[in-house]
Amino acid sequence: MSYGELIWSEDPPFAQNASKAVNDSQLRRNVRKATATIRERRAGLVAETPDWQELRHAGAAIKDEVLHHLDEYLTQFERHATARGAHVHWANDAQEANQIVTDLIKQTGHTEVIKVKSMATQEIGLVEALKQHGISAHETDLAELIIQLSHDRPSHIVVPALHRNRAEIREIFAKHMPDAPKDLTDDPHALAEAARVHLRRLFLKTKTAISGANFAIAETGGLLVAESEGNGRMCLTLPETLISVVGIEKLIPTFKDLEVFLQLLPRSATGERMNPYNSIWTGVAKNDGPQNVHVVFIDNGRTRALADQVGRQALRCIRCAACLNVCPVYERTGGHAYGSTYPGPIGAILTPLMVGVEHAPQLPFASSLCGACYEVCPVEIDIPTVLVKLRHDAVKAKPHKAEDAAFAAAASAMSGRRRWTLALKAAKTLRFLRHTAPPPLSRWTRTRDLPDPPAEPFREWWRKR
Amino acid sequence: MRVALFATCLIDALFPDAGKATVKILERLGQRVEFPLEQTCCGQMHANSGYFEAALVERYVDTFEPYDAVVAPSASCVGAIRHQHAMIANAANDDALAQRATKTADKTYELSQFLTDVLHTDDVGAYFPHRVTYHPTCHSLRMLNLGDRPLRLLSNVKGIDLVELPRNDECCGFGGTFSIKNPDVSAAMLADKMEAVIETNAEVLCAGDRSCLMHIGGGLERIRAGVKTLHLAEILASIEGES
Repeated sequence: MSYGELIWSEDPPFAQNASKAVNDSQLRRNVRKATATIRERRAGLVAETPDWQELRHAGAAIKDEVLHHLDEYLTQFERHATARGAHVHWANDAQEANQIVTDLIKQTGHTEVIKVKSMATQEIGLVEALKQHGISAHETDLAELIIQLSHDRPSHIVVPALHRNRAEIREIFAKHMPDAPKDLTDDPHALAEAARVHLRRLFLKTKTAISGANFAIAETGGLLVAESEGNGRMCLTLPETLISVVGIEKLIPTFKDLEVFLQLLPRSATGERMNPYNSIWTGVAKNDGPQNVHVVFIDNGRTRALADQVGRQALRCIRCAACLNVCPVYERTGGHAYGSTYPGPIGAILTPLMVGVEHAPQLPFASSLCGACYEVCPVEIDIPTVLVKLRHDAVKAKPHKAEDAAFAAAASAMSGRRRWTLALKAAKTLRFLRHTAPPPLSRWTRTRDLPDPPAEPFREWWRKR
Repeated sequence: MRVALFATCLIDALFPDAGKATVKILERLGQRVEFPLEQTCCGQMHANSGYFEAALVERYVDTFEPYDAVVAPSASCVGAIRHQHAMIANAANDDALAQRATKTADKTYELSQFLTDVLHTDDVGAYFPHRVTYHPTCHSLRMLNLGDRPLRLLSNVKGIDLVELPRNDECCGFGGTFSIKNPDVSAAMLADKMEAVIETNAEVLCAGDRSCLMHIGGGLERIRAGVKTLHLAEILASIEGES
């Protein structure tokens, strides 16, 4: 099975990547500043929403309803979308999805397409796949444009270029954007204006667009894209052909359910009460907007995740990235360390659930289990519990002799009163290791002392008293 | 009420003072505490590292089932008992153990929970004339939702100069074997936590988990910060003429 860009290598080496990332002071500063800003905005908006917890329950319940009856809602969507003039396609994996989209574009005869920011197309590696067929796909989201120009990868689900500051962005524009003004400064308005001029030309001449969708409404066959810039709206309305790649879990049953999600999503994602642009289209509107409308539903590991009884709740995810913004690990490593399209706490569960934990066994361990992610998740995904479950699966799938033996020895020492009393005596040896211990404890003593062992364990004191 | 102390493996092995302090507080409040010697570990370190030890769950249940209440001076271990024991038993397809584990977990309390919710007191008659800052550990805050229970207890300690720890809801970076598996990220989180602690000018850093304190304290000791770490129980156990 081909997962596209879902993981960037077999067994993404999080620990090594993270070690490098924490030493990058510019990266640390950029990520910390950006996540702190969104985090504070979100916290303020949640505090002013009295029914926030009820909204979270509702969001989780609606998504669970969809996941329990996915087959019905998908066919319902297909029926309604088709009746309204859209064409619905089905792809098992990244390769199939890329092939469908490539064929559809070839049928138009065009070789240039514009793109709305989309995690699904990122996940399947669509832009690269199109390139191999001589089709240039231009990102139109400002941050995605920055990433594309610099041949980089997104490091965040909502704010893909959050690892870059404006000085770095100026450099990228000056170097890689041919129509950038010669005297470009790092003033945010100047940078936005340069991108606007560059993108406007693309919007006016390109006849085919590709998007994802935040929600797919089963009862109407409509899709919704929420965004901040209006560049998405340009792509969704100006071209003749519109192809949307949508994960099968993006469904919601009714139009009315948007009431819940359009409160949860903007507050959680960008710290706004409402997204500046919410575009909804349902099939083809005659003589208004794209007349050739396609929806490509992708599985790409989602049904594998659905089969995991504990892990399936990860499919409720609405890609708001609130969990990234509060994660103390993500704040210090940035997104690239995860080696996956989906970084941060949600990526640490979603990625292994989709590709199989044996292909990403380090990711469930990329967390201190502090629980901040669960607290902010708008659809109540219990990320820490899923992480622990996946750790259990990872240990079973990929045995590590030394570690397995150490934990077996500890379990044996804890298996009875006499053994435990004996083991406690051995604690005294810590005295000699406090400042420099042999591996793997050296990973502790590199930055911290070990405790000075007590004269006697607690139970000795208890027995004597 | 038959009350048992679950000392936790870490306190039993390395931090007996926190265990002694817990006994002292409970006895001062008129409770007769028992320490069943069959106890070892709740199995959290194993579970969070991916090793589900149903035998440790069974040992915990066998040991503490007969008591009316179990008190443990650790939010993290109580969190594991309440949120993981049944899951581990279920993973081993042992329904009977899962049911017993749930019942035993329901009567297992973290120290500040037991004092405020069961004994209905937030003044334990302590005296501790030092500048103290309190770190609400992640499992106190988000797994057990202890809220202001520990702070209520601390604010009633005579002589204490209690100062708020900045950015206190942030994880210290311990995370059990996370500190070994991802040592550099753990150290980066620790550095920020130590900075916050030092900012307070406190003489003592206090928390309800000796495990997190072992990590933060180990770092503070390494940089010679001159800040001592004490378990919440050790401060609540102190009385006039002793500290």
